[in-house]
Amino acid sequence: MLLKKTTDILASEITDKAIYEERRKFMTSSAGLAAVASLLPLRDSIAGYGGKPLSSTKNTQFDIADTLTSYDKITNYNNFYEFGTDKYSPAKNAQALTTDPWSVEISGEVEKPGMLHMEDILKQHAIEERIYRLRCVERWSMVIPWLGFPLAKLIKQARPTSKAKYVQFETLYRPGEMNGQKRRVLDWPYIEGLRIDEAMNPLTILAVGLYGEVLPKQNGAPLRLVVPWKYGFKSIKSIVKIHFTDKEPVSSWTKSAPNEYGFYSNVNPEVDHPRWSQRKERRIGDFLKRDTLLFNGYAEQVAHLYTGMDLKKYF
Amino acid sequence: MLRLIKPIVFILCLLPLVMLFVNFYHDELGANPFEVLTRSSGEWTLRFLLITLAMTPLRQLTGSAWPLRLRRMLGLFSFFYVCVHLITYVVLDHFFDWDEILLDIIKRPYITFGMLAFILLTPLAMTSTKKMMKRLGRRWKSLHKLIYVIAILGVLHFFLLVKADLKEPVIYAIILLVLFAVRIKPTFLLKSGLNPQ
Ligand code: HEM
Repeated sequence: MLLKKTTDILASEITDKAIYEERRKFMTSSAGLAAVASLLPLRDSIAGYGGKPLSSTKNTQFDIADTLTSYDKITNYNNFYEFGTDKYSPAKNAQALTTDPWSVEISGEVEKPGMLHMEDILKQHAIEERIYRLRCVERWSMVIPWLGFPLAKLIKQARPTSKAKYVQFETLYRPGEMNGQKRRVLDWPYIEGLRIDEAMNPLTILAVGLYGEVLPKQNGAPLRLVVPWKYGFKSIKSIVKIHFTDKEPVSSWTKSAPNEYGFYSNVNPEVDHPRWSQRKERRIGDFLKRDTLLFNGYAEQVAHLYTGMDLKKYF
Repeated sequence: MLRLIKPIVFILCLLPLVMLFVNFYHDELGANPFEVLTRSSGEWTLRFLLITLAMTPLRQLTGSAWPLRLRRMLGLFSFFYVCVHLITYVVLDHFFDWDEILLDIIKRPYITFGMLAFILLTPLAMTSTKKMMKRLGRRWKSLHKLIYVIAILGVLHFFLLVKADLKEPVIYAIILLVLFAVRIKPTFLLKSGLNPQ
């Protein structure tokens, strides 16, 4: 397994620093209580949130100035239809999912197809922490400290052939544990896809954790995609299959409503969802909505992928 | 009896809003409390519309007069909740951006239907007093038949805003259909001469 390097700092240690300092201030200021206070469960706030810690190195290349959304909100407000169609059910229902053992099938236009075991994936790739915005098509957003590694690394290992123009991802189908799959709200299993150059973009990562710990089940454990310049539903969760193909994949949401959810689904304030404007969004925790940014603020990194394309047509 | 029932029902009708405020205050509405405010007030608007529509059949079922005596209050609560609903939309969704709101009403069918329902519900609330009832006479009755249209618009509004899971709007649609069906039946039977009476 991964060994924790002494230089590594868990994200949970950073964000809870404010709480930590506050408690410390309280303790020192009330000297008489100091002895008692030292018995308070101070460790809780600096030891994380109860998940298995994952060591990582910080990659600040794509850092943004925005404040992080709290762990509590990130893990209790999830669109994960496999565990119910409202955003509060997954936190509860996803706990039934068995995420160990887990393997991912690599197939299609690659020289090295096969099954990858989760332990090996974790061993082979150095885990980075990256702070990304997440913008849901429903007009809310968060800022999440993900732990993961570039998808490009995994793709290079698989050695795609020249026919690999697209990458198709598939979520686990296991109605016994994923109670939302008992109803055909979407055409299970959940399918998503990227163009190969989108998949190879340095921003695209496979996430295995958040806030310094392994990924909570409701957030797509044990392995999920994170494509921060696209609407959240593109970032498929609990992946069991990565397929390389020369045909544009039809994602589950596109299948369900082709006029509302296109293949690209890039965050774009100028392109409305047919039923609502995408100009603004509510950052979870804020009272007022804020302006939505083109490519969710990542235009510098990804705009070149779409030069010459009519983004209204290829929505 | 009615004297006792009325205030109790009044308080019960206020309870959803009170609970909403209490939970909001205690930060118990989850990660996106503003969304909960809009959705919950919308659902209660629809529920009160259906409850109001259920009073006539309930009267027939029980033979007692009190359901009809409660009808006005229940209808007014529906209007009360749609006002809360509309306020959350204007303040929380658009923060008084009237241009954007106007565009929304024109461009988004679910908003168009919701707004239409609100516009139609307003005169019903305004004419709900005894005085207006007297003044309008027979016309009052035909005016207040609009509640059927409003309820249909409300359910359509719900259908059109859902992303994929139609379960809830379907449930409301079925309840509405049942409420319509129990009304249609007696006159239908009467007309076709099947009614033994
Ligand atoms: C009689 C009139 C109306 C009824 C019965 C009604 C009912 C509802 C219902 C049942 C919901 C869904 C709640 C849920 O998702 O659980 C809803 C949501 C909503 N309604 Fe209404 N509504 C009415 C009028 C309006 C008006 C006038 C507006 C604004 C102009 C409006 C805007 C909205 C919005 C923005 C949502 C939330 C959509 C979302 O969360 O995506 N409604 N309404």
